Amino acid sequence: MSKDILSARTDFPILNQTVNDLPLVYLDNAATTQKPQSVIDVINHYYTTFNANIHRGNHTLAVQATQAYENVRKKVATYLNAESADQIIFTRGTTESINLVAYSFGQAFVKEGDEVIASQLEHHSNYVPWELMCQRQGAHFRVIPFDQNGELDLQAFHAMLNEKTRLVAVNHVSNSLGTVNPIEEIVQIAHEANVPVLVDGAQAVQHMSHDVKVLDADFYAFSGHKMYAPMGVGVLYGKRKWLEEMPPFQSGGEMIDEVTPTKVTFNALPYKFEAGTPNVADVIGLGAAIDYINQFDFAQLQAYEDALLDYGLNLLRTIPGLKVYGNPKHRSAILPFNVEGIQHYDLGILLDAKGIAVRTGQHCTQPIMDALHIAGTVRASLALYNTHEDLDALAHGIERVIRMIKR
Amino acid sequence: MSEKETIKEIEQNLIDDFALLDNWEEKYEYLIEMGQALPEMDPALKTDDRLVQGCQSSVWFDINCKDGNLVFTADSDSLIVKGMVAVLNEILNGQPAEDVLQADMSFFDTLGLWQHISSQRSNGLTSMMGHIKQAAADCLGKQTTE
Repeated sequence: MSKDILSARTDFPILNQTVNDLPLVYLDNAATTQKPQSVIDVINHYYTTFNANIHRGNHTLAVQATQAYENVRKKVATYLNAESADQIIFTRGTTESINLVAYSFGQAFVKEGDEVIASQLEHHSNYVPWELMCQRQGAHFRVIPFDQNGELDLQAFHAMLNEKTRLVAVNHVSNSLGTVNPIEEIVQIAHEANVPVLVDGAQAVQHMSHDVKVLDADFYAFSGHKMYAPMGVGVLYGKRKWLEEMPPFQSGGEMIDEVTPTKVTFNALPYKFEAGTPNVADVIGLGAAIDYINQFDFAQLQAYEDALLDYGLNLLRTIPGLKVYGNPKHRSAILPFNVEGIQHYDLGILLDAKGIAVRTGQHCTQPIMDALHIAGTVRASLALYNTHEDLDALAHGIERVIRMIKR
Repeated sequence: MSEKETIKEIEQNLIDDFALLDNWEEKYEYLIEMGQALPEMDPALKTDDRLVQGCQSSVWFDINCKDGNLVFTADSDSLIVKGMVAVLNEILNGQPAEDVLQADMSFFDTLGLWQHISSQRSNGLTSMMGHIKQAAADCLGKQTTE
């Protein structure tokens, strides 16, 4: 029997508080989600009972810590339906996962005159690393545009691929517009041209199916903190053929096999890419977050969040002067909007005065804002603990701000 | 001695005004009203070189040095930031550059909502203050070399 989604809210102690004397309505989940008590407890438990440095210690605590850390690797592999656990690399977050590939893959496979493709819908963290890598390698950086609905132009993408293309980087879900990109189709198109694909799953892995075998992505990157896990831990999944051929990203302890003044050989996967003492506590927290999510029926969870999103979008669209950005066929968990005559920053501050947490600005997606000719948006974003009441409070809050400013 | 109240006196008046307001909503409303009452800035002065860097919204400052006093006009496309500009205008506009340079902006914390607002990087209060203090320093420099 799976856990009831409506019971989730009470699992998150932080949500039970007032902000500016009003009950907190937390709608900034695309920036970071809150953590359930079980995740908080597991970190506390780690530091109070078996904190130790992992892998080379022979004592009891070190063995316990190593087992717990490596169990999470297996858990993540199962969560992603990856072929094996040694294709799961722990990082600090999505940004580091992408930088790892940009650096290591770039060094091994991208030469002068080659091309790398990203999209106009990307977060800066899946855009700038490729732009800089192309500058380093003397390659050309190309960008797939999006249309008026906020969907990628796949025809343009198709036309961009050629024998010089070395990699395609796209997000699964846009953090700014919520567009769910057709990853399977994009991967298929790229693979027909023998080009690997990196998918930024930061806004997807907590909301929708994330089976890397079905997606057939060559790399899949995500952060723990946007899926109810602690900050400071992320994952890079990669296909074995790429990971084995890529040189290490950072160097130091853990990632080496043999070290002499003239020669260094590297450890096997995944350790080749995990230099230094890893973030053991937060990796264990990530494991607890996956356990937490696994209590729910994932299809039910997705249906609940999608229904909530539709409810919110319909509600916002009834507010005079409010414009929702993008109209993609599939949207996930993100409500991007502006109200005519009110600056996004002002709306964000005034909603906060009513206890409602949203994000305002460019959301690290300047290329999207430039394409839409706007300075920024207000973004409300959902997680599994949000309710219809949260969205009612948002709509009510916006209406009160409009009355206050336009008086 | 100028007839204008000192920075400290004006600050105290503002603290008293804001203390009369019960809640955040009223404080923000008052702030926005202050912004709306701000003397209009000549649109021709809203150039990129007068834009204060480091804000989520656009803020322009045109600052001049007159007889050792700092005189400025300013505007923002955000009503709240414009309200903040109005507070700065009330306190610092026309004051001796020396006093502006000495002004201790910790008074913002006592207004109630500033405690929250002043810690936010995105609104650029720190950038605006940096901008004004730089102009005050330039103004003083000019005076001493003359």
